Amino acid sequence: MHSFGYRLNVLLTQAVTLLALMCVIASLSDTLNVPSPSADVRVLHINWLHKQRNGNDEVSLTMNISADLRSTFTWNTKQVFVFLAAEYETEKNHLNQISLWDAIIPSKEQAKFSYHTINKYRFTDQGNNLRGQEYNLTLHWHVMPKTGKMFSDKVITTGYRLPETYV
Amino acid sequence: MGFIKDAMQPAGSLRARPLLTQIITLEEDPLNLTQGDILFLHMNEDPIRAGDIVVFNIKGKTIPVVHRVIQVHEQQNNKEIYVLTKGDINKKDDRLGGIYGSGQLWLQRQHIMGRAIGFLPYEGWVTIVLTENPIVKYVLIGALSLVLITSKDRGAKQNSRLV
Repeated sequence: MHSFGYRLNVLLTQAVTLLALMCVIASLSDTLNVPSPSADVRVLHINWLHKQRNGNDEVSLTMNISADLRSTFTWNTKQVFVFLAAEYETEKNHLNQISLWDAIIPSKEQAKFSYHTINKYRFTDQGNNLRGQEYNLTLHWHVMPKTGKMFSDKVITTGYRLPETYV
Repeated sequence: MGFIKDAMQPAGSLRARPLLTQIITLEEDPLNLTQGDILFLHMNEDPIRAGDIVVFNIKGKTIPVVHRVIQVHEQQNNKEIYVLTKGDINKKDDRLGGIYGSGQLWLQRQHIMGRAIGFLPYEGWVTIVLTENPIVKYVLIGALSLVLITSKDRGAKQNSRLV
């Protein structure tokens, strides 16, 4: 009843259970955090809009992406993955989401940023519907914890419109 | 990328959707996760949206891939969905990077097996050590068997006294 083996077994079981409990509590503590992020995205210039050889439209933009995501970080945050997506509706697709830019934010200090950049990934339509297309630019962020549940949120900026003709 | 361990536990909901786990085995994981972490996966009816981390299988390739969705094209009336994925730290998306099958441009609903919803750090190391050094497995099983064989059967001793 009090052999070494028995005691070791109990000790290990309790240790694993405690570790699991601590991870759950750590994850729950994330729900106490109420983030107050801010974001500002502007399209500075449409560089070009043309039709690819395969028939799909593609556009190149220069943008300014500024945000302050410091309040999304908690003690239990490993990194925050942030990306900017263009979102629009066409006749064929009721939702198109295209990621134009992303970044991995490894620490709270780097969570306040301002980037002046062209789109990192190609803004290509599934078709040739981009002329005169209205679209939103949504900044999404996914908080990846050191342990536990992942959280995500976004800020939508509406009112963008692409040129009526190829440029 | 990693490989799926067969841990399937019902997720406690009425329809008992299975909760899968995946262990991050690569030293440099495409999602910038640490080797040895466990990723919890879950699949439900929620539509797949940009930013989701999904697990998918490619025809002809044995290892499932865990990457993030960067493009979504969902047809009117939810008829079909076309998804493009990419590992966060990879420069190329999975189509250009050769992860998809040859000629495959998109992922569709039938390819996607689950969505990542959380992490548990370090717990994957036991499995990694056991898998990469099978000798540890044999040593452990041997040691446990030895303990079992040499342990005194106290129940038998009690019974013999009552006789």
